[in-house]
Amino acid sequence: MLRETGGIPHTSEIDSPRRLAELLDEHAYLADEGLATACFLALRMGRPLFLEGEAGVGKTELAKTLAAVLGAPLIRLQCYEGLDAAQALYDWDFARQILHLKAAEAAGITDAARLEGELYDRRFLIARPLLKALETQPSVLLVDEIDRGDDEFEAFLLEILSDYTISIPELGTIRAERPPVVVVTSNRTRDVHDALKRRCLYHWLEHPSFDREVSILMRRLPGCTAALAEQVARAAERLRAADLAKPPGIAETLDWAEALLTLGARDLDPGLAAATLGAVLKHREDQAVALRNGILGRA
Amino acid sequence: MPERGAFPGMPHHGARPGVSGHTASPGASGHTASPGTSPGPRRDGGGGLVATVTGFARTLRAAGVGADHERTQNMLRALAVLDVAEPADVYWAGRVTLCASPDDLPRYDRCFEAYFAGRRAVPRPAGMPAVTVTRHMAALDGDGGRDDDRDRDEDAEAAAARASRIEVLRHRDVAALTPAERAEIHRMLALLARGREQRRSRRFSPARRGPLDERRTIREALRRGGEVAALRRRAHRTRPRKVVLLIDVSGSMAPYADTLLRLAHALVRSEPRATRAYTVGTRLTAVTAELRHRDPGLAMNAVSAAIPDWSGGTRLGEELKEFLALHEARGATVVIASDGWERGDAGLLGAQMARLSRLAHRVVWVNPHKGHEGYRPLTAGMRAALPYIDDFVAGHSLAAYEELAERLSHA
Repeated sequence: MLRETGGIPHTSEIDSPRRLAELLDEHAYLADEGLATACFLALRMGRPLFLEGEAGVGKTELAKTLAAVLGAPLIRLQCYEGLDAAQALYDWDFARQILHLKAAEAAGITDAARLEGELYDRRFLIARPLLKALETQPSVLLVDEIDRGDDEFEAFLLEILSDYTISIPELGTIRAERPPVVVVTSNRTRDVHDALKRRCLYHWLEHPSFDREVSILMRRLPGCTAALAEQVARAAERLRAADLAKPPGIAETLDWAEALLTLGARDLDPGLAAATLGAVLKHREDQAVALRNGILGRA
Repeated sequence: MPERGAFPGMPHHGARPGVSGHTASPGASGHTASPGTSPGPRRDGGGGLVATVTGFARTLRAAGVGADHERTQNMLRALAVLDVAEPADVYWAGRVTLCASPDDLPRYDRCFEAYFAGRRAVPRPAGMPAVTVTRHMAALDGDGGRDDDRDRDEDAEAAAARASRIEVLRHRDVAALTPAERAEIHRMLALLARGREQRRSRRFSPARRGPLDERRTIREALRRGGEVAALRRRAHRTRPRKVVLLIDVSGSMAPYADTLLRLAHALVRSEPRATRAYTVGTRLTAVTAELRHRDPGLAMNAVSAAIPDWSGGTRLGEELKEFLALHEARGATVVIASDGWERGDAGLLGAQMARLSRLAHRVVWVNPHKGHEGYRPLTAGMRAALPYIDDFVAGHSLAAYEELAERLSHA
């Protein structure tokens, strides 16, 4: 059962993981071979991509870039504990329903069966992200930080990702003719149900290698020299090796390099590093460890 | 990157046409293959590919990766749109379909290397979690004796004098009590039922306060011909939060095990459907059913009969691993009552605790020694577990148990 994700103009052009990596690169996202292959398979097999990895390794960014590459809108569902169907799926537009009732009343319509039929019409339905993604073709659906939601939501998401249908009691079943491209991300603060993972293609995102991080910095920040990028990437590598509560991700490294560029830095000298430390380390204890152990060089 | 085509075990492009119907159809061209015919150029091989992939999945399963049938089928589907002659493609097709957690990845790499003739398509990424093996032998030996303490009924006439005595008893270490005093504490424990922290359920029920219940309001309005007479509201229902108790009954915990089990009895009795109890020692034993007896004495007898390893040494890491495989921890408050004298591998305990902390709602560790003056968590087991504990509480006196029960009764 291969379900190619269709309706997307560029899909036929993407004939290999390498080609997809090139397209992502054009949108300033440098994907390595593994990530490019995982994305390529997700597109080709019509399967959700389950991206797991520490915060700041570029999971959400990938979904955004993928949407840009495919020329499809990104529909994002941020998960949190207690997320329910009314926020994830659909809701009825109560205010408009009442207005409609009042208008009908003014017009002298009292036939209850007819009124009810009119009230539960598609135009009174507010589509939340999951329904919106099934109705929008093409689209990229980002289910962000699923580990923050509860397991009941996982069960419910699994149901939708299994057959890409949503049934609304008053209206009937809504089916996506072509499934959206789905990216599910997790920071792994909690294990997600195996049944859901089985539906998906699983990819564990690592912090980028030194060379890749240098390339990403230069690709993303036009003013960044190779020398500065290398110094920042090397410092980030040392910070990740240190025993920190929250090691910096690529997002933090980018922020840091940008902060340094804003200050007109051409080199990462210890003084500037200390002054901009807040861009890369967001915990006081971590900053203290970095300064104490001279990870950034001696001032 | 290894050179192309030099990949043993993998058939080349279009090697054999005519694949049986259950293998993947070529997704690139989009048409479905009917069994026996060969529409267009095939990218997948024949039975050779299926056998190779199935064998690989079997190797992975033996190594502990959950590469089941459905995942194996997914790998075949993935290979149908990739290049089977390209080692890196095979590596990634397998990795994204057969693995499900970062723990699987080192195993996957090892198996890939071993199965495909010593070739590794991609070097192992740096920074993979390495398991540090630090052996720690319990310095404290089990005292061997079971704490013999039957539920003796005391005369009920000295009730007035007891009230003040209880206040004193409440803060005393149960290990230092006389059997009579302990019996009194046990009677107090049986009364200790404070209800349970409620968790929000997905379901709604009508309520006085809360968000508008649009459906009911509209339905009612319809019945009145469009007149909204009253706004109906709804609120989430609540359910008691599940509590799972893991009680260490090994030698070093002997003075406290009986009292802790009585606490477990009180908790099971107060919320029978949302409480689970296990004993740990050298073996994980489920004792929830035994603790359902109404009478504490009878319940204790049943538990004693069920536990095979009273007063042995502790292998908490292994037992925790076994416990996690039971899928009882998800969303629950997990209470571990132990002194952390791990006889097994403290590294394993740490890894299992990390996993537990990700699955459980809260992890509470009850250590009887914590209530003692000058206690510091120095045992290797305790040190390994500490980073993953939400609440680290004492567990030596009635007052400490009351505090624990209080914690379980609300978030």
